Amino acid sequence: MTGELGQLALCFALALSLVMAGAGLWGARAEAQAARGIGNGAAMGMVVFVVLAFAALTYGFVTSDFSIALVANHSHTAKPLIYKISGVWGNHEGSMLLWVLVLALYSALVAILQRGGERLTSGALGIMGLLAAAFILFILFTSNPFLRLDPAPFEGAGLTPLLQDFGLAVHPPMLYAGYVGLSASFAYAAAALMVGEEGWARAARPFMLIAWIALTAGIALGSWWAYYELGWGGYWAWDPVENASLMPWLIATALLHSALATEKSGAFRTWTLLLAIAGFSLSLIGTFLVRSGVLSSVHAFASDPTRGFFIMILIALAIGGALALFAWRAPTLQGGAAFDPVSRETTLVLNNVFLVAACACVFVGTLYPLVLDAVNGTKITVGPPYYALTFAPIFFALMLLVPLGPVLGWKRGDLKAAWRSLYPALGLAGIAALAVLAIVSPRGVVATLAFAVAGWLIGASILDLRRRKGARVSAFAAALAHAGLGVTLLGVTGATAWRSEALQVMAPGQTMTVGPYLLRFDGVTREKGPNYIADRAHIALMDGGKVKAMLEPEQRLYPAEGQAVSDTAIRTTGLRDLYLALGDDRGDGRFAVRAYVSPLAPLIWLGALVMSLGGLLSLWGRLRWRAREPVPQPAAAE
Amino acid sequence: MTPKKKRRLAFAAALVAVGAVLAVVVIYGLGQNTMYFRSPTDIAEARIAPGVAFRLGGLVQTGSVMRGPGAQVRFSISDGKSIVPVTFHGVLPALFREGQGVVTTGALGAGGIFEAREVLAKHDEKYMPPEVVDSLKRSGRWKEGGV
Repeated sequence: MTGELGQLALCFALALSLVMAGAGLWGARAEAQAARGIGNGAAMGMVVFVVLAFAALTYGFVTSDFSIALVANHSHTAKPLIYKISGVWGNHEGSMLLWVLVLALYSALVAILQRGGERLTSGALGIMGLLAAAFILFILFTSNPFLRLDPAPFEGAGLTPLLQDFGLAVHPPMLYAGYVGLSASFAYAAAALMVGEEGWARAARPFMLIAWIALTAGIALGSWWAYYELGWGGYWAWDPVENASLMPWLIATALLHSALATEKSGAFRTWTLLLAIAGFSLSLIGTFLVRSGVLSSVHAFASDPTRGFFIMILIALAIGGALALFAWRAPTLQGGAAFDPVSRETTLVLNNVFLVAACACVFVGTLYPLVLDAVNGTKITVGPPYYALTFAPIFFALMLLVPLGPVLGWKRGDLKAAWRSLYPALGLAGIAALAVLAIVSPRGVVATLAFAVAGWLIGASILDLRRRKGARVSAFAAALAHAGLGVTLLGVTGATAWRSEALQVMAPGQTMTVGPYLLRFDGVTREKGPNYIADRAHIALMDGGKVKAMLEPEQRLYPAEGQAVSDTAIRTTGLRDLYLALGDDRGDGRFAVRAYVSPLAPLIWLGALVMSLGGLLSLWGRLRWRAREPVPQPAAAE
Repeated sequence: MTPKKKRRLAFAAALVAVGAVLAVVVIYGLGQNTMYFRSPTDIAEARIAPGVAFRLGGLVQTGSVMRGPGAQVRFSISDGKSIVPVTFHGVLPALFREGQGVVTTGALGAGGIFEAREVLAKHDEKYMPPEVVDSLKRSGRWKEGGV
């Protein structure tokens, strides 16, 4: 029954999304008061029905209702409850339903908060209604999650074991909250083009912030998962799937900064609109890349070409439509306000130039192999050295510039005073560089420079925090986000430049050394998990003849799915990770063991957490001031 | 020209310059850092210089896997038509089995032996890397629904 209920709810949601689209767009006209009410109501109704549909599918997974084909193909009775629930989005159909759920939640939020003028909100809801209708149609016609199986199988096929992991249970909803969150700023931008309203950047800011926070956290979760689950000691591989999430993040970051300038000083009006359109377009392209099966990875669920085709049409309509609207209406908008070459606006221009350039590099590196394959069937991959050559220097330059922005005034800044106020940060940069040269071997130019830049970023953030002492908490947001960037840079540098690794085939009783650690292999036992069988290695971390700790990396075999995954063992001091992965069986109780020591690795994710926290602070400040109150002029400029 | 127009022109010129530099770096980067995918038959048919990195994929030849000494592993990759011997120093992915699809990166060493730096993990018994499927199709050894 629940399957049919879910299907029915989704059909109602489709009807309501169409009402929302029609009434919302009509309500963007000045006199259409009544339509605006209908649009708001439809948004609230749609979220109810989408939640119902999603709940129905979740119920099917939790109760292992194998008469639903999707549940039979992707679940198993022996799976722990949390992975039954995460199994809902661990497949193509369910993940599309999750996409629509997030979109419906954002629409409801737009309708409730009513930020910006009535006409602007109504237009934005109309655009979101169009998107919701398109995606629900996509689900109903090409990827229906509620299709039945007759007869129902006795047992399900299980979920890819790699996805049976806490990090990956949370990663997709997080990333979707980011991807789809950009639809709200996209919708506001399109609505602003329609009604010619200028306050849209301020109205859409909370949605940009939510999207950015979610993207930051989602990317960090994904990379953390890759680190502890895949067993190769790395955290980022410039895999196309990773790039697909990085590109919207880069543009969302650019958008946050550009929109701030638009809001505070009226600069870059049209550019900000264009960024809002580009951000969501990249989200759509990311979804297409990841979900259509053009890339081979754990993420590629769909193999049905009609789906890829449908998403492609959808992307073309959304991007093409928005750009056409932009080309038609943007010239009618008031031009941006002028500013001095030495001003915060200039630093924001450079911020945007660098971020967009970095994004362009990732875009080319990701899509070039696909294009080449489509054109003449040549199969190539673009490796990490490409990104080291293109992305890294651009991002480096960007980070050098970050501390300057907050100390320069809007419209016209004082470069000398700004520079002088940053001397302590410069000092910290110097200390960081000297510390690297003095303590660490082997010395490396890049690592030293990176530490100097990280010191520069963190030092400037501390200065910024001190300058705003006593201000509203949300005034600290930028400083926190920038400091987080510095912390992540420290982690990336440590884990890349000073990582040591060892690989050894070990018989019980043998020892190996990696970095400063001595490890003793005590053999492997066979263990039984809830739905897997594991070879668990017992490896002792030795300290002067005594056992300091036991580390137990595993190889797990999931019989239901016929797959095997490794489970690493990581011991961290907070500043250094000892990382063990169990390799293949070499016979006679001997196993290959791979060990890494990654200095500063935890800082990579700590930095991302600090960045997200900065975003949260800013969001909190935004939501506390109601939408239509006059902007409070902060004593210290934000 | 008004100062405003002048400034716009300067801005546009700067943008074009940045774009040009970016394009040069990107094109150079792509030229230096792309790796081609090759099947064993490609290697048999075309001479590939030793030391040039590429990706090699196919099926792990049954009976070819020899382990040791140490972390050394030797095996052969076949596409049903040609065979390439491979050496690898490292941990094999959990689902590395004889008769299964595999993709490795590395370069040819002396004597036509492929020295793999990386053997890519495939996590699913049923999963076959798309490149391998294509190369099996070309060598005529691909059967729909299983090999």
